Amino acid sequence: MEKSEVVLEVRNLSKDYGNGPILKDISMTIQKGEVVVIIGPSGCGKSTFLRCLNGLESIQQGEIILDGQVITAEKTKWTQVRQKIGMVFQSYELFPHMSVIDNILLGPLKAQGKQKKEVIQEAERLLDRVGLLDKKDAYPRQLSGGQKQRVAIVRSLIMHPEIMLFDEVTAALDPEMVREVLDVMLELAKSGSTMIIVTHEMQFARAVADKVVFFDGGDIVETGTPEKFFTNPETERARRFLNTFTFNIEEKEG
Amino acid sequence: MQDLGIRVLFMGNNFERLLIGLWVTIKISLISVILSILFGILLGMVMTLKNPITRAVSKIYLEFIRIMPQLVLLFLVYFGLTKSFGINLSGELSAVIVFTLWGTAEMGDLVRSALISIPKHQYESGAALGLSGIQIYRYIIIPQTLRRLIPLAINLTTRMIKTTSLIVLIGVIEVMKVAQQIIEANRYTVPDSALWIYGTIFFLYFIVCWPISLLATRLEKRWKN
Amino acid sequence: MVEKVPLYIEAAKLTFRLGVIGILLSLAVGLICSLIQYYKVPVLRSVTGIYIELSRNTPLLVQLFFLYFGLPKIGVSWSSEACAILGLSFLGGSYMAEAFRSGLEAIDRTQLESGLSIGLSHRQVMQYIVFPQALSISVPALCANVIFLIKETSVFSVVALPDLMYVAKDLIGLHYKTDEALFMLVIAYLILLLPISIIAAVLERRLRYAGFGN
Repeated sequence: MEKSEVVLEVRNLSKDYGNGPILKDISMTIQKGEVVVIIGPSGCGKSTFLRCLNGLESIQQGEIILDGQVITAEKTKWTQVRQKIGMVFQSYELFPHMSVIDNILLGPLKAQGKQKKEVIQEAERLLDRVGLLDKKDAYPRQLSGGQKQRVAIVRSLIMHPEIMLFDEVTAALDPEMVREVLDVMLELAKSGSTMIIVTHEMQFARAVADKVVFFDGGDIVETGTPEKFFTNPETERARRFLNTFTFNIEEKEG
Repeated sequence: MQDLGIRVLFMGNNFERLLIGLWVTIKISLISVILSILFGILLGMVMTLKNPITRAVSKIYLEFIRIMPQLVLLFLVYFGLTKSFGINLSGELSAVIVFTLWGTAEMGDLVRSALISIPKHQYESGAALGLSGIQIYRYIIIPQTLRRLIPLAINLTTRMIKTTSLIVLIGVIEVMKVAQQIIEANRYTVPDSALWIYGTIFFLYFIVCWPISLLATRLEKRWKN
Repeated sequence: MVEKVPLYIEAAKLTFRLGVIGILLSLAVGLICSLIQYYKVPVLRSVTGIYIELSRNTPLLVQLFFLYFGLPKIGVSWSSEACAILGLSFLGGSYMAEAFRSGLEAIDRTQLESGLSIGLSHRQVMQYIVFPQALSISVPALCANVIFLIKETSVFSVVALPDLMYVAKDLIGLHYKTDEALFMLVIAYLILLLPISIIAAVLERRLRYAGFGN
């Protein structure tokens, strides 16, 4: 693969809050159009890793390179970088005092300084794509969790990010709403978006991922294709982790 | 070298007199707070009743008391009752009456909102465990209500102490009055005594109220969840 | 009795004018203090912390005595009005600071982060996301403070200002017109405070029940 197709590269990233390392020497390369799914037990550092990528967390060591540009340098203009990195949060984080359409337009209008007439059509087109055009004037509190999360995805998409980060975006949703959000993400993946997804939805991970990365204890324990990882993981730790998602019902003795 | 006015505090028994004056304020505050808590709990329970008459009456009482400056209330009782109805009340008694009326309104509202803020499923889950009505109150509702109320009641105490400073304006001999007497007595010997005396009183109030406020904040934080 | 009405009107105007100035200054002081605390500005943070504790734990009456009778002894003297305004702002600033602070604290950090993650600058995040929400959360407390501070102006007579209490006390003391004096006093304060109290209740109800979106 050509070097120009690398969107994001992480080199030897380490993070430490002062009481033990959170991330230990993480390295990762993401190609254009690639979907990387990060899985691992709670507290393994996978969310922190995502937050480091767009500067919400400081790092102690290593560097992050976006489009061939080191973004972990001293003088990084994070506002510029973050326009290229979309992020969707577990708790949606729509702005409750703004309507759906205003939520979506805030970034283009204020961060990119565009005119409303330039972006309103695209905003409506994106809303239509996630099936929420009729909600454009609604306020977040009038939406269901799944609807909020789809709006949050549109809010990121409209910035035309080069890479999208999804931080356990279905973890706070009622089960019947998980699907509608995952479907949107699957569609994004098919249309060639570059994505890093942290999730606990194993079926979904298997379906969407080009590459699965297993985190444990702040380390990358195993990396592989979804088929390989889910059917025949190399490491004992990954095997044990995957086992927690299956139930073995013992045969009752009759 | 300039003569320090602070020495006026230590002349004779001036400092002691100030403290005795402050005690008058505190005493009136404490009596009023205790009465307010007792009556306030009653009022708060009455206010949760569905009866339209008790609702209207308690609402009007609450709104009137809370909208009037406490000094106006003091004037109403001290001057109004005395001069219009011939009931002769001392300043101290007027103060206790007014601050109890005021404190009862404040406390009543706190009790009411604490009571209605206990979610219904708390009663239901108590019942689901097979507890009797009294047991539900004894073990579930009252402890939770108290946790909400105690910090607020403590807070009311500092508000009461600060408000009680007004009684100097209806002629009660308390710390400010004593201060004026001391300043007056020393106006030629210690001309800047007002600075020191009033400064001292400022800090005396602070020393009394601050720990109480701190306690209220601590308890509120600890019992938040 | 009717001939005394103009006296009350004048006094009420004075109370209202000084109250409004004091409240505006309180809002300014409160906003600055809450921002200092929010951004954890070193040194200034401790200074505002001490100020807030001092102000909240002492009565306005004592603050005014110190300002009006105490400070002139070291050459700092003020007019009665300046003193009243200063006292009210000193008191009100801390109450307003607490109201703003609780609003700011109520906004989750993740709201800020999600604003940053769409590429807004820190200033833009504050301007478009944090402040509007914090302010609407603070409104009930701010309204309560406005009413509280107008009520507190009733001690202004101690710094020789001819406010409502002063007029009432004058009529009681000199003319023995206790009933009329007190009646008009109550009416005057009702006229001053009832509209504010009603507006506050409406605002609060609207914020609480409607939220954003109606």
